[in-house]
Amino acid sequence: MGLQWEGKSFIDNLPKIYGVYTGGFLVFFALMAIGEKMGMSAAAIGISFVAFTVVIYAFIGILSRTMAVDAYYVAGRSVPPVFNGMATAADWMSGASFVAMAGGIFMSGYPYLAFVVGWTGGYILVATLMAPYLRKFGCYTVPDFIGTRYGGKLTRFCAIVVLIVASFTYVTAQITASGTIAARAFLIPFEWGVYIGLAGILVCSMLGGMRAVTWTQVAQYIVLIIAYLVPIVWMSGAQGFGWFPQFQYGPAVERIIELEPMLGVGTAAAEQVPGLGVLTTLHAEPQAGALAAWQFVTLAFCMMVGTASLPHILMRYFTTPSVKAARNSVAWSLFFIFLLYFSAPALATLSKLSLMDPNLASSIFGKSIAEVEALSWVRNWGEVGLLAIRDSNGDGILQVNEFFLNPDIIVLATPEFAGLPYVISGLVAAGGLAAAMSTADGLLLAMANTLSHDLYYKILDPKAETRKRLLTARVLLIVIGLAGALVASMKLTGILGAVAWAFCFAMSGLFAPLVLGVWWKRANRQGAIAGMVFGLAAGWGYLLAVRGGMEPWLGLDHLRFGVVGVVVSFVAMIVVTLMFPAPDEETQRMVDEVRVPRGETIIGRS
Amino acid sequence: MSVSSEHWRHTRNLMLGHLTVWFVFSFLIHWFASSLYNVNFLGWPLNYYMAAQGSLIVFVIQLFLFSRQQHAVDTKYGVHEDEQ
Repeated sequence: MGLQWEGKSFIDNLPKIYGVYTGGFLVFFALMAIGEKMGMSAAAIGISFVAFTVVIYAFIGILSRTMAVDAYYVAGRSVPPVFNGMATAADWMSGASFVAMAGGIFMSGYPYLAFVVGWTGGYILVATLMAPYLRKFGCYTVPDFIGTRYGGKLTRFCAIVVLIVASFTYVTAQITASGTIAARAFLIPFEWGVYIGLAGILVCSMLGGMRAVTWTQVAQYIVLIIAYLVPIVWMSGAQGFGWFPQFQYGPAVERIIELEPMLGVGTAAAEQVPGLGVLTTLHAEPQAGALAAWQFVTLAFCMMVGTASLPHILMRYFTTPSVKAARNSVAWSLFFIFLLYFSAPALATLSKLSLMDPNLASSIFGKSIAEVEALSWVRNWGEVGLLAIRDSNGDGILQVNEFFLNPDIIVLATPEFAGLPYVISGLVAAGGLAAAMSTADGLLLAMANTLSHDLYYKILDPKAETRKRLLTARVLLIVIGLAGALVASMKLTGILGAVAWAFCFAMSGLFAPLVLGVWWKRANRQGAIAGMVFGLAAGWGYLLAVRGGMEPWLGLDHLRFGVVGVVVSFVAMIVVTLMFPAPDEETQRMVDEVRVPRGETIIGRS
Repeated sequence: MSVSSEHWRHTRNLMLGHLTVWFVFSFLIHWFASSLYNVNFLGWPLNYYMAAQGSLIVFVIQLFLFSRQQHAVDTKYGVHEDEQ
């Protein structure tokens, strides 16, 4: 194979390589569309999409295998900002963003947009407070920064614990999502789907570490963004809102607001179906009162501060060639994330309208129940228990509060109920799988790297040779992956709850020591340990208390427990720091150096 | 020492400036969502538009701007990295 995965000629050729790749994917899509016209079955199309993309990811993963430490941990620090932006975007956008977000907006309306604001605004914190300084530091992992900045094995160990708690919570949700999609595409039981999804994830990351994950994530981003945008544009064109739906769906929101009182949205359901809900929240109107506003901003706050504390995201900025490139790369990351996030509300709006508007052929409300139950998508999703219809008032006509669904199916089912060809559904399944796999890759790598580099190499066996360290990293990757799959197959939590918890865990433990490590020279080891221990303990304790039935303080429920954690963490860190002497001169000089881009990295120098 | 402390002062002010804009578009305007609901912006109620799109556009522009501005600050004090 003549392709080198680093060096100038490889970097210069990147646009061409991914251009060809994108073209190839579109050709595949066209072939599938022709196949459908010629009578290819829906199942065959679904399997082809999933198999084709997974084989490509595995191919990239195997080609970029490596035995070099720099390449394994930080992709040789040679990833150009734009490509790192795409990789970060894929790393970032998980099953929750791709599958659950638009469905959440569909069901819960305006309050749910707090996730959209929070998951984008966090990057302002990443760029201004963290990424460039961590890049200058030259660390391999996030605990590496904390361990070196504050000194001491215990400090490093605390950071490792927080990282594992947050990332493990997160990764089970991703393995669940990839398992669900694999199960649907291959028509196998969910538990098997989980392990098949895991196998795909491991092939991408095991041999090539960060380098392999970077280049597969770029490929995954391209698939997921095409898969997300195509159905929206298609649907919008078909409904007459124009071909740039994101800028033109305002009238669709207006129309929903007009239809809602006529359809009686807001009337509670007369029956209950376990695990499913009916549409009762208004699409755009916020609930009145200070508590609703407070809940919106605290949720956005948790997601933002959590973003700036999640190790698998921060470590992506260790891979850029320079500090300037790291900053630039944060901007590109947000741009690529933005493309999906500002489309999600459009998707939610258009798919809701296609069910509601009596002028559209796809509408279901107000039609006879027998007619709706005969629709193929209603039957298909009904069979797997994710959708149900109950004629509560017995009039034979479907009302809004008689239509039960699981919000997670909206993105996957929209192409079907908006009347798009099945090839679009196959594309969406491939996109959802790309989103879940890319995030799971990043998370597994973050955990395996920190255990092999920080726990094994820096704490347990500082004399370990390179070969042994990289071997440990790979073994750990498999062990953690299997543990994640095992937990995922037990189906303990939903996708979204687990993701929000991961953010809250990360911000409770890591935000204060990371920010103050750069911005407060006086911060010392004792303070950092206190910040991590008390922060995580307070957040976790509060979560358990709320889950155990305690009345939440100020409406801070289990999705928002990070607020408690981060406040405790800052207070503990500042108070304890001031009780102990300032760090020695060498540490202070180190902080000074981190603050300027010029010069060698801190760790590379020693 | 004084050059680097001047550089840091500048960097810090830039950070605070951007975080102020961030605060306004992350929290302040969404706090007043109920009043914005009655403002119609090209079909969207303004609260919905800002949360679904407006704030996001501000964040993206802000980050590209920040990246340039911080580089300008670094260059001004001669602490930028050498081009390879």
